[in-house]
Amino acid sequence: MKQEAPNPVDDETLHAWVDGRLDAAGRERMRALLQADPALAATVDAWSQQRDALRGLHASLATEAPPAAMVQAARALGERRQRAVDWQRWGGMAASVVIAFAVGWLGHGQWRGWNDRQAAALARSQGPVEFGRQAVVAHVVYTPEVRHPVEVEAAQQEHLVQWLSKRLGRPLKVPMLGEQGYELVGGRLLPGDKGARAQFMYQNAAGERLTLYIGAIDDGASRASGETAFRFTSEAGVASFYWVDRGFGYAMTGKLPRQRLLTLSEAAYRQL
Amino acid sequence: MPAPAVDAQAVVGFIPDLRRYARSLTGDAWSADDLVQDTLERACDRLSLWRPGSDLRAWLFTLMHNLWVDGARRAVRQQQSAQVDVDDVAHELMAPPPATEQALDLQRCLMRLPEDQRETLLLVSLQDLGYEDVARITGVPVGTVMSRLSRARARLRELMDGARPTAAPAPPLRRLE
Repeated sequence: MKQEAPNPVDDETLHAWVDGRLDAAGRERMRALLQADPALAATVDAWSQQRDALRGLHASLATEAPPAAMVQAARALGERRQRAVDWQRWGGMAASVVIAFAVGWLGHGQWRGWNDRQAAALARSQGPVEFGRQAVVAHVVYTPEVRHPVEVEAAQQEHLVQWLSKRLGRPLKVPMLGEQGYELVGGRLLPGDKGARAQFMYQNAAGERLTLYIGAIDDGASRASGETAFRFTSEAGVASFYWVDRGFGYAMTGKLPRQRLLTLSEAAYRQL
Repeated sequence: MPAPAVDAQAVVGFIPDLRRYARSLTGDAWSADDLVQDTLERACDRLSLWRPGSDLRAWLFTLMHNLWVDGARRAVRQQQSAQVDVDDVAHELMAPPPATEQALDLQRCLMRLPEDQRETLLLVSLQDLGYEDVARITGVPVGTVMSRLSRARARLRELMDGARPTAAPAPPLRRLE
C-alpha cells in the first residue's frame, strides 16, 4: 500500500493543476513546488496520465451515430418546449379575455342564481374562473394535436379511468356523449394548481373536438352550499361551460354555439 | 416573454457525451444506453423544471445522476454478494495486457471504485466539468467533490499499478472503506 507523504499544498490546488484550472500565478507556484518535491510530482503525473486515459475512454462513441430512439427523444424535447411556449402564449391571451369577461359580468350584475355573499367569495378566491381559463387553455393546446391528442386512447378506457382516478385521488367517471354525436377519443393528465387535472377528449363524425376538463378546485362557496352553477366563457370561438361540484371543477369546452355546448354540459353533468 | 425553445439539434449533439459518460459509469453498453434513453425521456417530462437560459447539458447530467443513483441503490442491494474483491481477481489483473487492452483495464479498475467516486472522477475528467458544476449535478458541497476526487484518483492509481504486469511482486491490494 502506498503511503502518500503529507502534501505542502492542499488537494484542491493539486487537482486544479491536473485539470488545468489554475491561473498563471498558480501554475508558476506549482511548477516550483513540483520541482522541489519528486514524490508530489510523481503523484500529480500519475493523476494527469489517468485523466488523459479517461478522456480517451470509449472514444469511438464520440463519432458513432447515436441510436434512433435517442435522437427521437432529443427531438421530442424540442417539441415539448414548443408546446410550453404555446401554452404560455395562449394562457396569457385566455387570462386577459376571461378576466375582461368576468369584470363585465360582475359589472352587469348577471350572477344567475348567486347571491352577493357567494359572488364576493368567488371574487376573492378566483378559483373557478381560473379553472375555466385553464380548461380553455388546455383545450386550445391539445385539440389541434394530430398524432398525440391524448395520452391514453379510448380503446383502453378502463385503464384510462383507473389511471386518471388514481392521479386525481377520486373515482372518476367518463360521461358518454354518443347520443349527442361525440365519441371518446381518450384522455390525458395535466398539471393544475391543486394537484392533477384530467382532460377527456371527444370527437364527432366531422372531426370536431370537445374536451371535458376535471380537477380539484378551491371554491369554498359552492362546497359549503353544495350548489352547482353552470358558468360560461368564450374566447375566439372557443366556448366553455364550467361548474363546481363537491370540491371538483368540470369544464366542457369546444368550438360550438352556446346552446349546443350547454346541452352537452348538461348531458355530462347528469352522468357525473 | 416567451421562453426560448430547446434546440433539439443541440440536444442531439449532447448524445455522444452522454453515452460516453454513461458507458464509463456503468461499464456496460446496454445499461449505459438505457440510462441515456431514460435521461432524455425524463428531460421531456420535466422540461418545465429547466430554467431557460441555464446550462442544458449540465441539467441533463443532473437528471442522469438522479436516475443513476436511484438505479444504483437498487443494484447495490441486489449485487452486494456478487461484489468481487481485488485480491480474488489479482491474477486476472496481472495477466500481461496488450497495449490495446489498456482501456479495458481502465474500465475494469474504474468499476472497482465506489460509485460516488467514479461518478465524480468521470464528470471532472471525461466531461471536463468544473468542480462547482459537479457539486450542483451530484447535489453535494464542493468540499465533498474534492474529497471524492482525491480518493478516486489515489485509489485508481493503486488499482492501475496493480493491473500492470511490472507490478508482479506488488503487495496485495486491500479494499479501503
